[in-house]
Amino acid sequence: MAISGLPPGLVLIVGAFLIPALRGRARDALVLGLPLLTLALVWTIPDGVQLQADFLGYSLEPVRGSTVGRLFATVFSIMSFAGAIYALRQARALELVAAFVYAGSAIGVTFAGDLITLFVFWEIMALGSTVVIWAAGTESAYQASMRYLLVHLLGGVLLMFGIAAHVGSTGSAAFGPMELNSIGTWFILAGFLINAGAPPLSAWIADAYPEASPSGAVFLSAFTTKTAVYTLLVAFAGASILVPIGLYMALYGIFYALMENDARRILAYSIVNQVGFMVTGIGIGTTLALNGVAAHAFAHIIYKGLLFMAAGGVLFRTGKRLCTDLGGLFRTMPWTALFGTVGAIAISSFPFTSGFVSKSMINQAAAYENMVIVWFLLTAASAGVFLHAGIKFPWFVFFQKDSGLRPPESPRNMQAAMAFFAFLCIFLGVYPAPLYAMLPYPVEYVPYTVEHLVSQFQLLLFAGLAFFVMLPMMRRTTTLTLDWDWSYRRFGPRVAATLTAYGAPAWNQLLSAPRNRFRAVVGGLFRTHGPHGPLARSWPIGSMVFWVGVMLGAYLILALV
Amino acid sequence: MNQRDVRAEPDHWLVRPGTIRILWIVFIAILILTVVPDFVVHQHEEFGIEATFGFYAWYGFITCVAMVVIAKLLGFLIKRKDTYYGD
Repeated sequence: MAISGLPPGLVLIVGAFLIPALRGRARDALVLGLPLLTLALVWTIPDGVQLQADFLGYSLEPVRGSTVGRLFATVFSIMSFAGAIYALRQARALELVAAFVYAGSAIGVTFAGDLITLFVFWEIMALGSTVVIWAAGTESAYQASMRYLLVHLLGGVLLMFGIAAHVGSTGSAAFGPMELNSIGTWFILAGFLINAGAPPLSAWIADAYPEASPSGAVFLSAFTTKTAVYTLLVAFAGASILVPIGLYMALYGIFYALMENDARRILAYSIVNQVGFMVTGIGIGTTLALNGVAAHAFAHIIYKGLLFMAAGGVLFRTGKRLCTDLGGLFRTMPWTALFGTVGAIAISSFPFTSGFVSKSMINQAAAYENMVIVWFLLTAASAGVFLHAGIKFPWFVFFQKDSGLRPPESPRNMQAAMAFFAFLCIFLGVYPAPLYAMLPYPVEYVPYTVEHLVSQFQLLLFAGLAFFVMLPMMRRTTTLTLDWDWSYRRFGPRVAATLTAYGAPAWNQLLSAPRNRFRAVVGGLFRTHGPHGPLARSWPIGSMVFWVGVMLGAYLILALV
Repeated sequence: MNQRDVRAEPDHWLVRPGTIRILWIVFIAILILTVVPDFVVHQHEEFGIEATFGFYAWYGFITCVAMVVIAKLLGFLIKRKDTYYGD
């Protein structure tokens, strides 16, 4: 089959541009069919290099099948499908095209066997996701999309530099496990980490995603950070520097989400928290930890997509995004509230949900490696997930005080997408075998033991108790929270404005002395040599005749003498 | 739909004070139930402390209280009005 030799992501990327040409049922069929076709193609690609080409003396492998890549490509395809159902009736064609290009290039990364192919898809992803944000059509979305693009262009430059240095020193463009022993690999790591939302540049996630449209944020929540998790998993498994970075992200997400008022921004901070668990697991690097990371990425995309769908449904119906304006919506949006709550208990890793069978592997791996502090922090962070996302999000949006809003239930297609993902959250939790079968290493882990059930119920329910006991301290405020983005949203522009205001006169002052001396010299020259200077004066004909007369007279006298 | 007078409607059964009292009683009963098995079930001991009685219960509670308090204190330092960036 000719098509099986091509990268499966190309189907989404190329097919996306047909969307604006179609209308009605044909368009629906295309929008829903493309992700399914992509999923089918993902599973036709066997392990190993399927397509090879030479480019500038380097061997490119645009299609290379692997277990981890297939797992990520599978969940990316499922996410595109559910996102397409969710966006089907409401999203602009521009947003759908951009989202599919974005999703297709993320799938392209998971099959890239070399760094050059990886880089090309990486950059298409940055452009596609920027347009997804921009497609919301508001001024704040436009500004956020430009800040987002700048961060990702910076990440792309770091990655490009790293790839060039790495390829230059090793002579090979192959993408595989790397050692952190050269400038090139450090820069590659930095490029990957920027997309993962690692410090100091974590703020782009919470800055940009909540500015997208309801469906745009659903797509955005899935691909960029998880593609970064995939590349870190392949290239830097066991790199111990990732453990503190991941722990920082897990705790950062909790604290910022606790302080946040915007419902979808709470979920965006929660992405950093969840990716933090994954980055920590990659740093631990044992087979159990890496299985846990892959499983958790899979489960996370589904329940985080579901949470963004629920928040998006509320935004779509009420036009409101702040917890201070919301509350009590379970009365008229019961299905959205129910599906959102399923997503919330899944992210909290409640037993019989997908989070329970995936995240616990990472915690267990830390225990087996005797990483005491890591284990205690991860366990605290697990309790904190329930606190900041598991209860806080559904509580402030769907319950708490009655906001007086009585919006209609989310549109049918949005409900269908949420029902599909809510089903998957519970299905994978009750029956994890299909997920475990996709993991990169053989699974010996057994999630359902009496000890694990008891300890998880204790941890989460007492975290819940803490939430309701501390509720008076968690009253929502109409605030935002400063982050490192302050450096480029406030500090940088202020420095530039100050330099313009005070720097320009100071600079002029500094230059005035030499400039005056220079002007004096030029002025002097001008006075003597300028158009009116004595040396440039045009001589009157009379004086010329006079001087000719004098010369002729002198000549005559000389001749007579 | 948004315009109808919600103050005239009777409270939803889920938010009536009686229901909330029952929910609290059920919740506390479940909390106790989760700690009871610690008399018989022994957690795998990796570091010692997590095998002590009710470890996950008090650890979950205390860390969450601590996180809320820290977030509150951090808020005094880095929270700004949401018009800070000039929206």
